[in-house]
Amino acid sequence: MRTTIHRWWATLFLWVAVLGMTGTPAAATDAPVIRLTAKKFEYDRREIVLKKGVPVVLEITSRDRMHGFNLPDFNLRADAVPGVVTRIRFTPDKTGRFVFFCDIFCGDGHETMGGTVIVKD
Amino acid sequence: MDHKIDRRDFLKLAGLGGAVFASGLSGWAQAARPAGAQEFYFVQLSDTHWGFKGPKANPDAANTLKKAVAAVNSLERKPDFVVFTGDLTHTTDDPKIRRARMAEFRDIVSALNVKDVRFMPGEHDASLDRGEAYQEFFGKLNYTFDHQGVHFIALDNVSDPKAALGEAQLAWLKQDLDQKRKDAPIVVLTHRPLFALYPQWDWATRDGAAAIDLLLPHKNVTVFYGHIHQEHHHMTGHIAHHAAKSLIFPLPPAGSVPKRGPVPWDANAPYKGMGFRAVEADAEKAGYRIDERPVVKG
Repeated sequence: MRTTIHRWWATLFLWVAVLGMTGTPAAATDAPVIRLTAKKFEYDRREIVLKKGVPVVLEITSRDRMHGFNLPDFNLRADAVPGVVTRIRFTPDKTGRFVFFCDIFCGDGHETMGGTVIVKD
Repeated sequence: MDHKIDRRDFLKLAGLGGAVFASGLSGWAQAARPAGAQEFYFVQLSDTHWGFKGPKANPDAANTLKKAVAAVNSLERKPDFVVFTGDLTHTTDDPKIRRARMAEFRDIVSALNVKDVRFMPGEHDASLDRGEAYQEFFGKLNYTFDHQGVHFIALDNVSDPKAALGEAQLAWLKQDLDQKRKDAPIVVLTHRPLFALYPQWDWATRDGAAAIDLLLPHKNVTVFYGHIHQEHHHMTGHIAHHAAKSLIFPLPPAGSVPKRGPVPWDANAPYKGMGFRAVEADAEKAGYRIDERPVVKG
């Protein structure tokens, strides 16, 4: 019986951990959702405009092959996987223009695959 | 300790740290080796991107590598060995074209008048097929060799498209280093910078810090790498990192322009910003004197 309870708590803990890592599902939060789809060799958004201090959920996926999403100034990165939506919840804490780019080599054009996050007051 | 330094500071630091660095010196290649001294020199060529086409960046792309080979062959003294630190070929999605480019590259560099020529992959060579074609033509992705008392370690931070060394290779590196004295002269060859040079342009290795942590206990470590298409010098603690110029087009200094892209070809100064380097090594002092060389003599 004790083993069963331990397993139940372990399973619950695991799910909480997964949700924490991948972000809260959009339906369960008030944070605006920004969808970003990658494909060779571009994202469907060149610019993402955010407000400082306002939480946001990025939903990232890919249309063709594995790409990456890296926003180093906020220490954020995720894989962009076909058929999978990866959610990142974060709150920009500084204003300015910050590059994001694909960090999984995807071919001739990889080096130009990126965009800009613009955070305003 | 991890810091950016300018050229003057680097010279000072490198001198204090036991490494000897100099650039643009003339006449050193003709100097006789002191009797019994473990001195030798090697040539580093990098980022040749054979197969690249882009007239604005390099209208002579079909000949630049051949001219570099001729320049190495015309050096005053024959190097002990030559190493290519990655991006031998320009990437392509087509496996047949990839292999054709590798075959052409291999044919061109076979004209080098040096017996010992070593290769390493860049992401353009190896990231799309995890190094399958590269290994068919050039052998192992990572390896070690010893020369005149210096232990060379070639690290692969490109065949994983995520630009990581990976746990297996880090364990291999640890095992290799554990067999070395802490004061043994060690040279690391790699394609991408092991330190976070400029993450905003992806000039880093995802787990490069783990490799540096393994190297730091060793007193005499120097890293030679490519990828960023320009000469660059940096210290992480006592470890010096030297980036080489490209043989296809230069890239701008990190963060100097909004977007990373080739520096346009200057018709008034062909091959400007491109070149290769000769490295004179003193195994006893673990010192390295670097001489940057142009593709063609001006």
